Amino acid sequence: MTTLTITDTGAQLKARRLPKWAPWAIGAAAIAVGLGGVTYAADGGPVIGAIVAALLYFIALVVISTAVEGARSAKNRAASALIGSAFVLALLPLLSVAATTISRGLTRLDGDFFYRSMNGITAFDAGGGAYHAILGTLEQVGIAVLITVPLGLSGAIYIVEYGRGRLAKWIQFFVDVMTGIPSIVAGLFVLSFWVMIISPLFNDGRPAYSGFAASLALSVLMLPTIVRSAEEMLRLVPNSLREGAYALGIPKWRAILKIVIPTALPGIVTGVMLAVARAAGETAPVMLVAGGAFAINGNPFSGQQTSLSLFIYDQAGTASQYAPARAWTAALTLVALVLLFTVVAKLIARRSKLTR
Amino acid sequence: MAKRIEADNVTAYYGNFRAIDSVSMVIERKSVTALIGPSGCGKSTFLRSINRMHEVIPGARVEGSINVDGHNVYDKDVDVTAVRRMIGMVFQRPNPFPTMSIFDNVVAGLKLQGVRRKGELQVAAEKALRGANLWEEVKDRLDKPGAGLSGGQQQRLCIARAIAVEPQVVLMDEPCSALDPISTLAIEDLIGELKDSYTIVIVTHNMQQAARVSDKTAFFSLEKTGEPGRLVEYDDTQKIFTNPSEKRTEDYITGRFG
Ligand SMILES: Nc1ncnc2c1ncn2[C@@H]1O[C@H](COP(=O)(O)OP(=O)(O)OP(=O)(O)O)[C@@H](O)[C@H]1O
Ligand SMILES: [Mg+2]
Repeated sequence: MTTLTITDTGAQLKARRLPKWAPWAIGAAAIAVGLGGVTYAADGGPVIGAIVAALLYFIALVVISTAVEGARSAKNRAASALIGSAFVLALLPLLSVAATTISRGLTRLDGDFFYRSMNGITAFDAGGGAYHAILGTLEQVGIAVLITVPLGLSGAIYIVEYGRGRLAKWIQFFVDVMTGIPSIVAGLFVLSFWVMIISPLFNDGRPAYSGFAASLALSVLMLPTIVRSAEEMLRLVPNSLREGAYALGIPKWRAILKIVIPTALPGIVTGVMLAVARAAGETAPVMLVAGGAFAINGNPFSGQQTSLSLFIYDQAGTASQYAPARAWTAALTLVALVLLFTVVAKLIARRSKLTR
Repeated sequence: MAKRIEADNVTAYYGNFRAIDSVSMVIERKSVTALIGPSGCGKSTFLRSINRMHEVIPGARVEGSINVDGHNVYDKDVDVTAVRRMIGMVFQRPNPFPTMSIFDNVVAGLKLQGVRRKGELQVAAEKALRGANLWEEVKDRLDKPGAGLSGGQQQRLCIARAIAVEPQVVLMDEPCSALDPISTLAIEDLIGELKDSYTIVIVTHNMQQAARVSDKTAFFSLEKTGEPGRLVEYDDTQKIFTNPSEKRTEDYITGRFG
């Protein structure tokens, strides 16, 4: 304990503080009692041990802090401890998912997995790969991005920059409604509209499953996310920039293209990546309208295709001792792919912004 | 070529709210005109109606006419962008484009109007930056972001951006209100120089500034809030500040009102 010099102002300004190591010591003691006492000595299991340790830490911290530092500091410490534990609790599932996916996904992370398909692989064969599924995901999501980014961005620009009155309000309303569409409904919509009605026109009267149909379904899901996020980002661009551009005699459309969109670009890219991540993880619509496949089919416009998430679903349900490992590796691949897209997109968006 | 501006019965609305009522005045070429008056009396509104920036605000409209060398900018067949190119504007708060470098900020107007040749842009940028008294401070970091400059430098950057497109009139809405005395002085000196080639209209709350930089002064006022602002007196600056003919002008200038 530090000693206090009792001068008037000194006494008013200084407060008794717990030394820096005190919370750590309390924590160590709590863990010792919780894990050591409950888990091992009393055979209470690790979960109860951890809970006891956390509770002990919390109570001891508050009691000791109240005694030494007074009520206000104790409240501060209690609040900090609560926020800290909320953070850890929120992080735990994420870490657990990442750790599980990585550890189980590593078993089949080999050349075969990325260069071969499931063509001719029976339940008794060990090899096989997800080349066809990766190709399918890339093509379907890629086409969906090509469809939704121009559409979504123009929609957002219309709402923010041009939309006055009724029409803009209605578009906004329908975008909000679209945000809530379950993916299976999007799949059914494309199934009944595109696969059943339009595609027979090009296919001798027979309905045709295709990767492109999956792209359409994914587009229905991505569009509202992109419109909403782009809209928010465009609204964040200060009006003074638009006025600055107009005052230079720059026409409105050029001001939007050269000033407003570049300023909002990093945010817009983030929104697009959120939509891409969601679309890449969708299983139901792909299953409904692309039909799934075991062999490589590089043509999204004809013939059935699968995707990584559909591949995971397939393999997870296949009665074969080799299938679960393939499913885990596909899951790892999917996560890595989305992460890669996000990082690359962020880098591209950043480069167009000047560094200080 | 500086231009002469004639405002004739300019009335401006925000939706149904009439912000200024029948303002008429003549602004001579190559002169500095100061607009003064209490907050909310419509100085900015009048200024923005000169280069048709008023109508950018949803629901805002202007009645009456603004004649630039005899041509009404509110005529039906007039191209707004051409008006704004001819009548440049500097805003109260510096607003450099955040994604652009200092150089790109200065030539933004030229580039977006279709000037492509690098040499031409470089010449124009240096000329504008020298004109805005900023060249010496930024010539070694033209490729750095414009938003990284100090407030006063940013404001001079915006002035450079405005004069780079070689307008004939420059409107300034309280250009010094966010600046320190030294930057303010720099901008006042600049206004003195710019007046040789441009017609300048400046809104200011600073009486000394109006007295220092302007040839003519217009005093705007409003009866009470909710009423439209009106032009009370418009005369030589000398006269307004020494011997105004309106009692209200005198009260405002001597600090008894507003
Ligand atoms: N965007 C707007 N929408 C509606 N009313 C507005 C808008 N801008 C200004 N007004 C109103 O118009 C009137 C004149 O405003 P203006 O900005 O021209 O005043 P000002 O003389 O420039 O004041 P200040 O000295 O404070 O800048 C005020 O009553 C103001 O409330
Ligand atoms: Mg104003």
